[in-house]
Amino acid sequence: MSLDRPVIEAKGLDLVFQTADGPVQALQDVNLTINRGDFVSFIGPSGCGKTTFLRCIAALEHPTSGVLTVNGMTPDEARKQRAYGYVFQAAGLYPWRTIAGNIRLPLEIMGFSRAEQEERTERVLELVELKGFGKKFPWQLSGGMQQRASIARALAFDADILLMDEPFGALDEIVRDRLNEEVLKLWARTGKTIGFVTHSIPEAVYLSTKIVVMSPRPGRITDVIDSPLPKERPLDIRDSREFIEIAHRVREGLRAGHHED
Amino acid sequence: MTALWLAIGFWLAAWGVNVWLSGSRFGRTGPGRALVPILFGVTVLVLWEGLVRGLGIAGVILPAPSVIAARIAGSLPTLWQDFVQTILKGAIPGFLIGSGAAFLTAIAIDRSPFLQRGLLPIGNFVAALPIVGLAPILVMWFGFDWQSKAAVVVVMVFFPMLVNIVAGLQACDRMQRDLMSTWGASYLQSLVKLRLPAAMPFIFNGLKIASTLALIGAIVAEFFGSPIYGMGFRISTEVGRLGLDMVWATIAVAALAGSVFYGLITLIERWVTFWHPSQRH
Repeated sequence: MSLDRPVIEAKGLDLVFQTADGPVQALQDVNLTINRGDFVSFIGPSGCGKTTFLRCIAALEHPTSGVLTVNGMTPDEARKQRAYGYVFQAAGLYPWRTIAGNIRLPLEIMGFSRAEQEERTERVLELVELKGFGKKFPWQLSGGMQQRASIARALAFDADILLMDEPFGALDEIVRDRLNEEVLKLWARTGKTIGFVTHSIPEAVYLSTKIVVMSPRPGRITDVIDSPLPKERPLDIRDSREFIEIAHRVREGLRAGHHED
Repeated sequence: MTALWLAIGFWLAAWGVNVWLSGSRFGRTGPGRALVPILFGVTVLVLWEGLVRGLGIAGVILPAPSVIAARIAGSLPTLWQDFVQTILKGAIPGFLIGSGAAFLTAIAIDRSPFLQRGLLPIGNFVAALPIVGLAPILVMWFGFDWQSKAAVVVVMVFFPMLVNIVAGLQACDRMQRDLMSTWGASYLQSLVKLRLPAAMPFIFNGLKIASTLALIGAIVAEFFGSPIYGMGFRISTEVGRLGLDMVWATIAVAALAGSVFYGLITLIERWVTFWHPSQRH
């Protein structure tokens, strides 16, 4: 697979939900190309369709019209080939399994050997700094720790694409900074393609190579910013001039989308 | 009358002791906690005995606990034979077959919306049939022995189990199901690793309801034809002979068996659904 081949490609994507109050246009004419190794953030106010678009990539929602391909396949085919890991807003751990048991679950489903399950579980637990908590049950941990466990679970099976829907929304700033750094390191090391939904402008700018600004009613893309920031990003890059300029452009984009209401 | 006054005296004394126990430090220890309900139970028996003796109540109306105890001790082989026939051969196999059938039906309903529309109303219809109408028919079909009793139990247990399992299979939330889907899990994997564990609190609710229904079904079904033993047979014939002490003895065995059965299910529930908020301590 060549490096510049698009991993995710959306052309003229529309999605209309039929609700009790009539049809709701969740996505309108979304066109986007995500290349291999991109870190793409989706930012916008609630109702702008950023989560819906991510769910379309994951074949959890199905577009009403337009074309969406993942690795050149339909999202559903890609899902069956286990092309991505998905981290939801809430941890969604199964309460009858221990933390390690939860992380092992996708590995069991995908048929990894017992030894490899153990090895991978240990590795990702260490990665999210939950080493030693494997034998606890989810309800014995704080919300932040549960969310870290759910990230570990999505990392465990090493899918090429990682889709994250506001994964750090519930965490405090310090943990969030550290996990942002961890995600960047992971991304640099593995070359995964990452789709990341967030409300936070600094988070989007700090993490992304491409920032997709969206606006609501109907959900659509208003700006796509290719970040000029280098791949190596220490935390204090957030005080640099380029960083502030990009953040400014994102904020302007969000404001413009808002004024159209 | 002395018996009555003695009993009332014991009642007041035990009452006093329990009030003291529940306030004292000893009452918060393990044995102290156990002593309060035991004392209450003993008081009920003593009061019962005193009332029956003191007021000279006829044994047909209400036999004294001591008379019932003597009857139990004197007819152990008979009571055991009845117990084997009604509980071990009628109620428990019927309970297992009925719950198992409900489980398989629930899975079939879960797989196919067509069956959901068709089978649930039929299950509902069968559950609405009065047992006193159904039991004689099933006795005609399956004979006088335990098979017909098990059949009655199957019919009684089936619907409450079905409703609970169907509801339980829908109990996991959207995100948990979405996760399974992103991992490309098959129907079976998702069933075994997510939906069945999530359904367990519902299934155990159903099992607890079904356990009492099974006992009632097995005993009542014997009223409509049985061999010359069995708890339902014993109750109906002894009532005819005014042997009310034997009726009470049989009821005591049934109550004990039912409590043990229910308690066992509760124990297994605690072990299986330890993760559920209702079981966490």
